Amino acid sequence: MAELPESYFKYPLRRYGMDHDRYDWSLLVRRKPVSWPNNARIALWIVPALEFFPLDMPAKPFRAPGGMQLPYPDLRHFTLREYGNRVGVFRVMDVFDRHGIQRVSVAMNSKVAERTPYLVEQIKRRNWEVIAHGVDMGRLHYGGQAEAEEKALVTESITTLRNLTDQKVRGWFSPARSESANTPDLIAGAGIEYFCDWVNDDMPYAFRTKNGVITAMPHQHWLSDATIWFGYKQSGEDFIDQVQDHFDVLYDEAGKQGGRIFALTIHPWMSGQPHRIEFLERALAKIAHRKGIWQATGAEIFDCWKAQQ
Amino acid sequence: MKPDLGLYDYLPWTERPAIRWPNNAKVAFWVAPNIEFYELDPPHNPSRTLWARPVPDVLAYSERDHGNRVGHWRLMEVMDKYGVRGSISLSVALLDHHPEIIEACKQRNWEFYSHGIYNTRFLYNASEAQERSILEDSIASVKKHTGQQIAGYLAPALTHTERTMDIMAELGLLYTCDLFIDDQPFPVNVKKGRLISIPYSLEMNDIIVYNTHNVAPRRYADMLKANFDRLREEGKRTGTVMCIPLHAYAVSQGHRLKAFDEALAYITGHDDVWVTTGREIAQYYYANYYDEFVEAIKRFKTKYPPRA
Repeated sequence: MAELPESYFKYPLRRYGMDHDRYDWSLLVRRKPVSWPNNARIALWIVPALEFFPLDMPAKPFRAPGGMQLPYPDLRHFTLREYGNRVGVFRVMDVFDRHGIQRVSVAMNSKVAERTPYLVEQIKRRNWEVIAHGVDMGRLHYGGQAEAEEKALVTESITTLRNLTDQKVRGWFSPARSESANTPDLIAGAGIEYFCDWVNDDMPYAFRTKNGVITAMPHQHWLSDATIWFGYKQSGEDFIDQVQDHFDVLYDEAGKQGGRIFALTIHPWMSGQPHRIEFLERALAKIAHRKGIWQATGAEIFDCWKAQQ
Repeated sequence: MKPDLGLYDYLPWTERPAIRWPNNAKVAFWVAPNIEFYELDPPHNPSRTLWARPVPDVLAYSERDHGNRVGHWRLMEVMDKYGVRGSISLSVALLDHHPEIIEACKQRNWEFYSHGIYNTRFLYNASEAQERSILEDSIASVKKHTGQQIAGYLAPALTHTERTMDIMAELGLLYTCDLFIDDQPFPVNVKKGRLISIPYSLEMNDIIVYNTHNVAPRRYADMLKANFDRLREEGKRTGTVMCIPLHAYAVSQGHRLKAFDEALAYITGHDDVWVTTGREIAQYYYANYYDEFVEAIKRFKTKYPPRA
């Protein structure tokens, strides 16, 4: 094997702060405390994801979690995912109703809005915030993608959702949290104010783009129904324990350091199954009725945070 | 390539001098937080692809950055509660990137040892001079920023060469964390000087537990307690070592921290455990057992000479 070039062990970005210019290095513990309405300790941000996994998904450059796995036509996985939009989401809505969860942000592929106007109507009726979640789960944003191709995806997703939901659509969440180096610039150019892909913080922070500064919102990835059940294959009880423990840690920290955000993504194709919905409900029941909770949408949390910066 | 690098001699669990730790402790217990810097777009090493997704792998990169922005502080506070000093497996470039974290560790009198310059620069295919320069850089940089002389090394991303242990010994390091073959320290065979291995458990490593074995946090706490209970029981006969290698980006996530806190309370709640650091274990072993183990290895080799 050839030896490595000398440049392999040169470190031009070994310096104070980050190895890129997108955001500043900052310790959470040193930041100015944030206050939520009514002195709440925790902003509880519930985010159901409504996703479309096309049967012919390109899976380029990788398959999004939950994507098709078998030779075409993989009706097995296609229908298991579509179950969420057809049946599961209504069980999830019932759980929200029983526990007073009214301020909800839905992360939505624009294809779902096009394919199921009924769901758009339900979302409008419930006054949920719509976060753009790309076009569908088969069309990823990724390093190496041609900028024009990606720009077309961003435009299609955001324009479609704005047209069909009559909302401004201020938030963005990339399918499978996958970005190219251009994604933040493109979404900022399309008028997005906050995005949810980066999992490096528990509070919002400023993120530079070629089209102005946007805000990275903390949006838990390792604690979601899909990660715990689909990714790790842990039990229903394990999910409840982790929701409870996460809440307790943030709640204690908020008592000392200022408001915190508990963001929970829910995939109706996972949580909405009859045998799992109970675990989602018991988990939410443990946190939704606690004192010191501000139940809010992403945009409401973003506005409240932004006003204090 | 070779079938075995011959880094140590076989000396089974049952045929060793008995180790007695200070104050007759049954277990020497140390916690090794990895304080790491991962680069967004490092140069490519032909032997191993770094990130699962094309650059920028936002999920993997930002997951790790959470440890630096949020996690280390939480972990420090938990360890403070139980009087546990960390032995830091340090990406040496973090001295430059995030000195605030280093300062907090210095205030706690934690030990720093080298985990390479970045965890995104692999040693595969490195020349001897390149590999030596990583360790020389580590020794000089840690000295400059913290005043400490590093004693240990955990190769960055566990990437080694056939020469790694020899270079460590040549530069005067005391211990390696890279050999997962034992629950006690043991002498490592090096060309010049001396080197020992001290146990750094991959089985107890939060990343392996969470991301490879997909274990739930409260089960991880059970595993930590069970591991400790067994090593403590066996420690009546001969002192054992338990290490918990940690990554704040994993263990300090809100949904995982409480379980770890409980496990640490359990372990440190025993009065026959020596809560210590990597360096202190290494120094104690050199002072009291290194020679005895070398003799025991010789005797054992004579009695059971390997035929291949």
